[in-house]
Amino acid sequence: MNTHLTRRETLRRTVEGAAGLWLAGRLPLRAGAATPPARSAGSAKSVIQIWLWGGPPHLDTFDPKPEAGNDYAGPFKAVETNVPGIRICDLLPSLARQADKYALIRSMTHDSNAHETATYMVQTGHKAGERVIYPATGAVVSRFCGAEGGYTGQLPPYIALTEPLGRFDEAGFLGARYKPFATGGDPSQPKFLVEGIAAQGISDQQQRDRRELLNKLNTLPRALPQNAALRALARSEEQAYDMILGDGAKVFDLSAEKDELRERYGRNKFGQSCLMARRLVEKGVPYVTINYNGWDTHKDNFTILRRKLPELDKGLATLLQDLSERGLLASTIVWCGGEFGRTPKADFSAPWNGGRGHWGKAFSTLVAGGGFKGGQVVGATDARGEEVKERPVSPNDVIASMYALLGIGAQAGRLHPPGEEARATPAPQAGGILKELI
Amino acid sequence: MKATPVFPRITRLCPALPLVAALAWFAAPAAGVTAKPAATPPSATPQARIDGAVFGALQRLGIRPAVVCPDEVFVRRVYLDAIGTLPAAQEVRAFLEDRSPGKRDALIDRLLARDEFADYWAMRWCDLLRVKSEFPINLWPNAVQAYHRWIRTCVKENMPYDRFARELLTANGSNFRTPQVNFYRAVQSKTPKTLAQTVALTFMGTRVEGWPEARLAGLAAFFSQVGYKTTSEWKEEIIYFDAASTNAQMSAVFPDGTPVEFTPDQDPREVFADWLLAPRNPWFARAIANRAWAWFMGHGIVDEPDDIRPDNPPVNPELLALLEREVVMGRYDLKRLFQMILKSKTYQLSCIPGSDNPAAERNFAFYPVRRLDAEVLIDALNQITGSTEKYTSSIPEPFSFIPENQRTITLADGSISSPFLSLYGRSARDTGLASERNHDPTASQRLHLLNSSHIQRKLEQGGKLLALIRQPAAKPRDTVDALYLTILSRYPTADELATLTAYRQTVAEGWRVAQDVAWALINTAEFQYRH
Repeated sequence: MNTHLTRRETLRRTVEGAAGLWLAGRLPLRAGAATPPARSAGSAKSVIQIWLWGGPPHLDTFDPKPEAGNDYAGPFKAVETNVPGIRICDLLPSLARQADKYALIRSMTHDSNAHETATYMVQTGHKAGERVIYPATGAVVSRFCGAEGGYTGQLPPYIALTEPLGRFDEAGFLGARYKPFATGGDPSQPKFLVEGIAAQGISDQQQRDRRELLNKLNTLPRALPQNAALRALARSEEQAYDMILGDGAKVFDLSAEKDELRERYGRNKFGQSCLMARRLVEKGVPYVTINYNGWDTHKDNFTILRRKLPELDKGLATLLQDLSERGLLASTIVWCGGEFGRTPKADFSAPWNGGRGHWGKAFSTLVAGGGFKGGQVVGATDARGEEVKERPVSPNDVIASMYALLGIGAQAGRLHPPGEEARATPAPQAGGILKELI
Repeated sequence: MKATPVFPRITRLCPALPLVAALAWFAAPAAGVTAKPAATPPSATPQARIDGAVFGALQRLGIRPAVVCPDEVFVRRVYLDAIGTLPAAQEVRAFLEDRSPGKRDALIDRLLARDEFADYWAMRWCDLLRVKSEFPINLWPNAVQAYHRWIRTCVKENMPYDRFARELLTANGSNFRTPQVNFYRAVQSKTPKTLAQTVALTFMGTRVEGWPEARLAGLAAFFSQVGYKTTSEWKEEIIYFDAASTNAQMSAVFPDGTPVEFTPDQDPREVFADWLLAPRNPWFARAIANRAWAWFMGHGIVDEPDDIRPDNPPVNPELLALLEREVVMGRYDLKRLFQMILKSKTYQLSCIPGSDNPAAERNFAFYPVRRLDAEVLIDALNQITGSTEKYTSSIPEPFSFIPENQRTITLADGSISSPFLSLYGRSARDTGLASERNHDPTASQRLHLLNSSHIQRKLEQGGKLLALIRQPAAKPRDTVDALYLTILSRYPTADELATLTAYRQTVAEGWRVAQDVAWALINTAEFQYRH
């Protein structure tokens, strides 16, 4: 089909073009502060990132090893999915019925077992210690697919449900404009109080009264009508009021959804965040990240997972199904994983009681939608899940693949002030871009 | 019971000249503008020589400078710039009532002696020196506390800047016990090249990334014998002169091109410091003179202030040369340098331009408006409302727990933060570049100040603000004056009083009006910006 060829051709050019630039070496100082956004039509328009903060155990999620015995697998079993030959943890039954929609990368690998460094690598595609701090994928996507990439929505282009990452500056050298808007609040509460948008106890009338009062008392901009800083401030204020008083904020009202669907997503913070993410993507928001914490299971791994895995299972499986039924999955990348995996051999001694440590050498990531093929497995670990034995995939490879699907390519970068070659798009490393999924 | 009316009809004229009145002054001839550089006598004060250099250049360019700002603008500006602190209402009143002719100079001297001066400038130095516990700079909490305390003491005691630099450049010892050594630890990689980049950026205001490889290698050789070793104490690290280093190079090249060889017992860092800190060194005094100017005037004479290089010339070479000489002649006394800038007419110009010439701003023809630093803004909001802030650190160490009532400008550690600080572009302290502190406005920031529960709570529950707006004995006009003095550091104008009277008639409850007024005032550009 014609569009398919076009897309493939675009992708080829994108990848080659980007590779050329990666090899270009240092650019002259001050060659230009901001290169124009070079975005071609990609198949994907939005990304929903589900960040399993702390590092989910690959053996207990998407890379089960029941044959390795109890020391490794613990009490959990593997379950067949709706794609023959693919098995996942038996506490993920709904996801097992959706395996045709996603691909599992079981050969993720990097060399860090520290939360900060690993988070930075997985979210930026760059190693720590390169002197500049690179932006996370959400900031890059909001740079290229936000206002400068044609997004015209009232909502911010990069939204974090509900808290920011807190471990490094997501915007990196792109600066404050590209930070995520963190909603705060809890979407599973009767009223989802989005910080800054919905203020408790202040009526719309009072909002309007106050705004009018502010306009009258705000004399400095009238004394300095040409001042660029104050004009930028005024524009920010207009955007803020669009969200406070405009229709855009109605998207946060989850009571507009049917109870039955809300139940299917799970009546908990994560499940309702997944539903919220779908509503935001429907409105065209380019990047939504759900920061889902509690995966750092040094102690009582199996007890904790008996509680968490069913939440993850309902929320993520319903999200994939819901996006698919609404025809949004083809244009929405869903990306789910954490900063690393966890020690394959569990420690059953006290005080760990079946705990797992950090494991950067091998871990799993799930990708779906936006042009990624479903029903696939990329790479494999050894019999105990300790080492990657085929097709190593680095965080860079996943990010570069997503950017390719989003049409962020050749010019995707910005010269950082010190004049270093600081491109937002990372160069694919270990095994290169995920061609087998695209 | 009927609520007390908060705003009476206007019965007297506002006693003060508000900011907007400066618009009317626009046409009046500005004082001190006629001074020509040649006419500045050699015996003139340093600040007069600064004005001579600035106004002389403006005259040659045909740019009319702004008028000198009124007292209420000055008092707010100099508090925010010099000590990162909003003046209290009574401090504003006292300054406005003071009729002595030298009151501006006297205020500057008083501010530079205050504890907040040390707090605020320690914070700014910690940005440049990248004082942060974890990622990507890994100083670790107790080393951060030691380093911050050392820096603050240097500021407080006004250690001559050349000695400050020498101590950082040449120290040996434990990161916990000799805080200065953390200079060589606050880097993302400990290679000689990275250390050279850091030294050049910090003390020469220059970015060596663009230098030819050989020239950079010549500089890096001075740092090829910096040794690092661990001890049995958790996270302790010793920085020392490691003559046996496998990296060790026995010769190097100064940035001016002069080669030098080391003897085996010579620490190359000492050799470099001797070169850098010699009074005739072209880099050291220039870099700090330019930085200090940029701190107060919004942009450098060479801009950006840490991008000094031959193809980025100073906008006013005479001014830069003058400040450089003053730095050396003043024996690297930074307080003296700050004083002469703050006491100049140039610094005290209004923010309302006297000319629409596009070159006016970069020639310092008016004071540039800039948003309050993130830390200063939240401290100001807490000061106004009488509320506190919760800080957290991702590192669970005793040193990273902070009492809620501690002011933000006193925080030692870039890893101790709050959502507000991150939202408002506090320096990430990752690279030491001046541009890491970001003042660009965003819609998220506006949402936060306009409508977040965080700010609403301060306005509704802050004890100081509540006491002010619900004081039963106060005359309503006194409440309005107090709100204006507390938040905007000036009295309200007649127009503003009329606006407030009209607003009162649309809303029922007296104290809610006052709360709305407080809300509106903190949301004005006049509050959020230095002007």
